Amino acid sequence: MSTHTYLQTPSQTVGPYFAYGLTAEQYLYDYSSISNGNLIVNEQVKGERITISGQVWDGVGKLIPDAMIEIWQANSEGKYLKDRSLFHGFGRLGTGTHPQNTVEFQTIKPGSVNGQAPHINVIVFMRGLLVHAYTRLYFSDEAEANATDPVLKSIDPSRQQTLIANKSRRADGCTAYEFNIYMQGEKETVFFDV
Amino acid sequence: MTQNKRDWEVQPPYLYPAYKSTGLRAPTKPLVPLKHTLSELTGPVFGHDVIRPYDNDLTLNARKNGEPLGERIIVAGKVMDEQGRPISNTLVEIWQANAAGRYIHKVDQHNAPLDPNFLGAGRCLTDRDGNYKFYTIKPGAYPWGNHPKAWRPNHIHFSLFGNQIASRLVTQMYFPGDPLFDYDPVFQGVPEKYRHLLISKFNLDITEQDFALGYQFDIVLRGNSETPFESK
Repeated sequence: MSTHTYLQTPSQTVGPYFAYGLTAEQYLYDYSSISNGNLIVNEQVKGERITISGQVWDGVGKLIPDAMIEIWQANSEGKYLKDRSLFHGFGRLGTGTHPQNTVEFQTIKPGSVNGQAPHINVIVFMRGLLVHAYTRLYFSDEAEANATDPVLKSIDPSRQQTLIANKSRRADGCTAYEFNIYMQGEKETVFFDV
Repeated sequence: MTQNKRDWEVQPPYLYPAYKSTGLRAPTKPLVPLKHTLSELTGPVFGHDVIRPYDNDLTLNARKNGEPLGERIIVAGKVMDEQGRPISNTLVEIWQANAAGRYIHKVDQHNAPLDPNFLGAGRCLTDRDGNYKFYTIKPGAYPWGNHPKAWRPNHIHFSLFGNQIASRLVTQMYFPGDPLFDYDPVFQGVPEKYRHLLISKFNLDITEQDFALGYQFDIVLRGNSETPFESK
């Protein structure tokens, strides 16, 4: 470990009022946003088009209407790129604008990164979380790759399922995955000490 | 490539019962250790294209018919890693209540007045030496429902990425000497020894003659100041 000269700045909750600052366009405030739910910048980008939808649940099974979800992912070749001209690997949405508090990201399916199973990095923020929580989304139709993924393998088998997004095909033909985040309870999502 | 872990001695816990909202939202199971991979050691990069003119000046970026009310202030500081190396060209986003302690957010029910000339959101990129600077209005305190007579100390929300998602930070900056520190469970969620890291310092060098008082708030993000992106 390196020696620390300076202490990390402590985290504080994102609070209930982030929307006009961090997700202004989604919530129809008169301010720009750095990102939203559409990661496809240019239709020329290669890769399978997918939709990821999800909800966030609290310890008594209530939908959380004031969470913010960020995702960060590789492109279809498994590369994390700085270049944003075709694809931006980062998305950010709040759960407060959809009637069922669902977030929906339009993106491409990421490729495998350095031998890991395809996955999307997910960061969860909300009122009541003094520190953001990191998790990962894996894909239900990648069973073979998931079986050898070092991160998934490091998790108690009974909890691995909390990180698997289930595939479904929607009426519009688009491939969709559903990924729900449970903060507590029997189905509590695995969060990582990143 | 090394990336330090979150320093749990300094960081607040998930469950902090005095802050009631943590009760049903804090993860209850231990975090699973994760050896950093490229997934954690990369992160989004933002350029000047996401910054509009005046986005670092909250006294200007939402004017409709005049100046926002309240005490003009300057909040400036350096973003660095744990070795003190500056983190340049990184995005800093802020949001805050107005001078009356009211957020423009639709669910804020506090009956203090909105200010037609103040939104309360801004962003900028750090310069090559890691420095950022905002012009804004000093935010007011406001009541909330955590417990009887609960009021939040004056604060400004900050959101930063650094160069990796592992260095992501959302926090709140406070002002020196606030009498509400002793009663605020959000602030107190941070271990006592480290709460001072969230309090800005009055700074005469940042202060501008006949214009605005200056506050310094330096921010330390985890780990390495370089990002190992793959070339295209």
